[in-house]
Amino acid sequence: MITATYTGILTLAAGSFLLAAVLIVWRRGLRATISLLAWQGVALATIPIANGVHQRSWMPIAVGIVVLALRGVLLPLLLARAVRGEDQGAREPTPLVNTTAALLVTAALTMIAYAATRPLIEHSPTPGTRAAPAAFAALLIAVFVMVSRRRAMSQAIGFLMLDNGIAATAFLITAGVPLIVELGASLDILFAMIVLGVLTDRMRQSFGDTDLNQLRELRD
Amino acid sequence: MAGLLFLPIAAPLVAASLAAIFGWHRWTAIVTALSAMAILGAGVTLAFFTDGESVVDSHHLVRADALSSTMLLVIGAVATLACLASIGYIDAELADGHTSPQAARLYGVLLPLFLATMALSVMAMSIGVMWVGIEATTVVTAFLVGHRRTRAALEATWKYVIICSFGIALAFLGTVLVYFAGTTGEPGNHSLDIDVLLSGAARLDPRVTSLAAGLLLLGYGAKAGLVPFHTWLADAHSQAPAPVSALMSGVLLSVAFYALLRVKSIIDLTLGEGFMRVGLIVMGLLTLAVAALLLVVQTDFKRMLAYSSMENMGIVAIAAAVGTRLAIAALLLHVLAHGVAKALVFVSSGAIQGAHGSTAIANVRAVLARSPLVGSAFTLGIVVLLGLPPFAMFASEWGVARALAAQHFGWLLGTMLVFVAIAFTGLVRAGSSMMLGAPQAGDTPFVPPRAIGGTLILGIGLSVALCFSLGPLTNLLDAAATTLGAGR
Repeated sequence: MITATYTGILTLAAGSFLLAAVLIVWRRGLRATISLLAWQGVALATIPIANGVHQRSWMPIAVGIVVLALRGVLLPLLLARAVRGEDQGAREPTPLVNTTAALLVTAALTMIAYAATRPLIEHSPTPGTRAAPAAFAALLIAVFVMVSRRRAMSQAIGFLMLDNGIAATAFLITAGVPLIVELGASLDILFAMIVLGVLTDRMRQSFGDTDLNQLRELRD
Repeated sequence: MAGLLFLPIAAPLVAASLAAIFGWHRWTAIVTALSAMAILGAGVTLAFFTDGESVVDSHHLVRADALSSTMLLVIGAVATLACLASIGYIDAELADGHTSPQAARLYGVLLPLFLATMALSVMAMSIGVMWVGIEATTVVTAFLVGHRRTRAALEATWKYVIICSFGIALAFLGTVLVYFAGTTGEPGNHSLDIDVLLSGAARLDPRVTSLAAGLLLLGYGAKAGLVPFHTWLADAHSQAPAPVSALMSGVLLSVAFYALLRVKSIIDLTLGEGFMRVGLIVMGLLTLAVAALLLVVQTDFKRMLAYSSMENMGIVAIAAAVGTRLAIAALLLHVLAHGVAKALVFVSSGAIQGAHGSTAIANVRAVLARSPLVGSAFTLGIVVLLGLPPFAMFASEWGVARALAAQHFGWLLGTMLVFVAIAFTGLVRAGSSMMLGAPQAGDTPFVPPRAIGGTLILGIGLSVALCFSLGPLTNLLDAAATTLGAGR
């Protein structure tokens, strides 16, 4: 693959990755959020596949296919299944931060991400590292989603976004961490999401709802 | 020797598969306890043979040096107590109908898996695999914390999984950045190995490494119960079944801190000692302050014990910040002594909870008179935790204080002692109101299940034995401190 195309694909993937994160902040419906997560997973998988084609090596392509299956298909399906149990329109209740303010925060976080990742670009100015600020911005936006939403399911979605952001940063700045670490990390994330899914099920059974405001028994 | 390296990971895995196939039985529980003893045995053997050298298996997956062996000793000792206590706990829950055979089977599978993931974390060759192990501890302990399935347990589990997964995700990003800071072209499968990173630390990019250092400190700090991501700790440790609390408070926190020590030894070589020292001092002091202040106002004894663990992690963080050989050796002794004492107190608090059906300090009176065994185990554990001589935590706290004084951290030592004194009064007041006094009407004597009684006797023995073990342990702890590159 010629370098210009490769750079273009990386930038496009990182851009749509960030766009998906911003849209998740904008749209609060759980179903729409999950489709956006699947989109984010596909954009994420594009990065190692492009790396692999560019370097003519099979390993990153294989990793990309695993990522596509896991984060583009499997985890969104798991989440969609969990959301189906959610009644009354499956919408995030009145948010802690309104949409306009949330989008402004998103813009500010994106600027912070560009500032924070400057050492990375100076250390090794490759096409991948130049696209890394977008992935890092998506990561910060995920943290914001986690702290500003009140439904258990939205927090789980925020966690998956955070993890996507970290994976994207990793794929962009390195040619991929050693395979055993990559596999272990993916497996851990899968299990963590399953644990969160089971917990929301149990929560729904015992609270009849997954509003985290119910979690008020333990405090000092 | 290399075969022995896999024993601490493989033995609990075998126990877990047996429990998965046959369900919860007395014998599978005993096999689990034996696997915990195997970890302890492997720790002792490796400690004896490593002698400062590191042993690596032929595939470069696991390694053991003096530090790993010390951590295996801590894991093995606390796990042995916790696995024996689990027999009494689950049998009692099954007899009372509080838990189903399926839930007991799940407990029987997850408990040894928990041990295996901790052993993997402290023996991993690469800081990437170490991360995988620590993240896996969160996944396997989630349903152990939620074993009781009450609303409060559910709430505690949710907070625990979300906050710790978040923290550990930050640590993963930090790990990736360390990898990135060291890559100069060709990615290798061994570039995250501890030895490789240590020898190449001078070549890491300093600015990227400082970003990584911040993420690793916050991330593993969350799992070790350090401020600002400590809010899950008291909930999870108080809602988990007593043997699980013993493991989480006694070793899991230190295993997470072990990860921090390992990455600190690499980062110090790149950025100098000052960089992480500031972060550790700030987080350590804040943790100590929050824990001590919340400890004195507690009305629930399991939460009080959880805050006491946080207080001790604060001391450990401060000792790590000083980072001299004396400080690190004292830190490791502190971790070992605290682990055993905390296991003893949590197991006896489980027996007290079982007898009262409550964890409120106000509901518990005159335990020493009503159950001499449980009472003396709890009292001894608290006395050790108070840091009174002749017990090992006196020696370790004294060591930390001396290290601080030697490095001219007088102000730090003073502040630390104020909070330790506050925590001291809290523990003494709560402990004496629960243990002492004459039984009043309605306070009946109680006897713990036999397995728990046996565990308590063993725990008392271990705590006392640790007073006399300073001699043989000194060389090991000193070698472990050298592994971390601690000077002086």
